[in-house]
Amino acid sequence: MSYTALAIVGVLVSLGVDLLLLRTKLLCRRDFWTAYAIVLFFQLIVNGILTGRRVVTYDPSGVVGGRTPHFVGDGRFVYAPVEDLLFGFALVVQTLAWWVWWGRRRPFRARTGTPRGESTSPEQDRVARPRVGADETP
Amino acid sequence: MRFVYFGLLAACVAGTLPLEIFLRTRVYGRPRRWLLSLAPVIVAFTLWDAYAISRRQWSYDRHQTTGWRLGNVPLEEVAFFVVIPTCAILTYEAVLAVRARRGR
Repeated sequence: MSYTALAIVGVLVSLGVDLLLLRTKLLCRRDFWTAYAIVLFFQLIVNGILTGRRVVTYDPSGVVGGRTPHFVGDGRFVYAPVEDLLFGFALVVQTLAWWVWWGRRRPFRARTGTPRGESTSPEQDRVARPRVGADETP
Repeated sequence: MRFVYFGLLAACVAGTLPLEIFLRTRVYGRPRRWLLSLAPVIVAFTLWDAYAISRRQWSYDRHQTTGWRLGNVPLEEVAFFVVIPTCAILTYEAVLAVRARRGR
């Protein structure tokens, strides 16, 4: 499978993990999108350096663009192949889904006072969060 | 020059460290949750990497990487799957911390 096809599959799998498997529903939260916007900004810088300096090179057979890193154009955005945007999105969504999911399980939320698994809305997380810190401060 | 890639990752770690210290995101402060969250991501994306490298979909400059490898995957790439997800979690927790501080 080409990188293009795999990147699309990667996004779909991550959406499945977030919305269906773990039901963390990050994609429905403003906090997630705010964090993703910040991550994306820095991703473009770091990835731009990696691809612009040709630390990593891509075979044209696997991507929509060519081998030469253009700033924008020929399947590239800030030097990186556009597929990297999907790859990065999949990576971030899946990581945060696991992070939020583990945060809802014992022993991580044992001291928050909210029964396990009931915190499905961001509102509840916001209420619970400061108490975690307060309880665990030595 | 061999440490260009590793240097970039070190900059990512250093750049996000203030979030843990000043915003008290407590990501490194909850090592079990941190590592459990990272584990499936490291495995899945390293396998993806190994596949892409074996198909020669992407390759790495010998002069800008150390050449240290895990199978056919450069150690820089494995480190990438530790560092970047960690930065993402730190950013997410920082957003929550700032919003909580402002009383939403």
